[in-house]
Amino acid sequence: MFTQYIFYLLNILALFSAVMVLASKKPIHSVLFLTLTFFSIAGHYILLNAQFLAVVHVIVYAGAIMVLFLFTVMLLNLNKDERSPKPLWVKLIAFVAGGMLMLTLIGVLRGFDLQMAANPASSQIGLVKNLGRILYNDYLVPFELSSILFLTAMVGAVLLGKKEQL
Amino acid sequence: MSTLTTIPIEQYLIFCSALFCIGVIGVLIKRNALVILMSIELMINSINLLLAAFSAYSGDPAGQIFVFFIMVVAAAEVAIGLSIVVLIYRTTHSIDIDVLNKLKW
Repeated sequence: MFTQYIFYLLNILALFSAVMVLASKKPIHSVLFLTLTFFSIAGHYILLNAQFLAVVHVIVYAGAIMVLFLFTVMLLNLNKDERSPKPLWVKLIAFVAGGMLMLTLIGVLRGFDLQMAANPASSQIGLVKNLGRILYNDYLVPFELSSILFLTAMVGAVLLGKKEQL
Repeated sequence: MSTLTTIPIEQYLIFCSALFCIGVIGVLIKRNALVILMSIELMINSINLLLAAFSAYSGDPAGQIFVFFIMVVAAAEVAIGLSIVVLIYRTTHSIDIDVLNKLKW
């Protein structure tokens, strides 16, 4: 019962802050509300017994990506209102399109019933020991490829951020 | 442990679809390139959470490994995307995406 309350609390927090990301006028408020969303999703990971993912999520998203966003907003002095927001009919069409997507997804989900009994062994799979063993045994090649991808992204970011013309 | 028995997976599905749709609406209604990148992050996060939920419910750790790889790719995407935003700001002095219509026609 207690976990259910926490689940709904995190749901409401995540959805509210996700809506506020879009509703706030200044980009820096959007960044801060996005951080709140990320923390509530980290809480969801802990509820799912995915402790490793929760820690990585906080480090990567709340630690790295949020700092990147905040630096961009502050260094470029972008913290001002949108000069010309989109016209009302565009927003209306966007809301209708998003709502239809939501309705379609829920309609698809109602079509089949998921009989997923919780696996009793699943409380152990999110631990670092278990995930590390799988990552370095079965997924070693994707892991090394992702390190190459990171190196490429770093070189690209430095190259794009250089002041002089290439 | 007790989450898996008290909360059916349909609720995770509904929550994640709602979060994904909020991200879609954000991409559609915003003009600020930074806020559009943030909405993309919201969508990626909803997918990550759904993958982790299915992984935990079915007892298969491969889903959590995939979430880990998606986080890697998302971090790289944000680094490149933000440097492109900085570059756009340097050339046009604005991050309004409607300014970027040179390739439209």
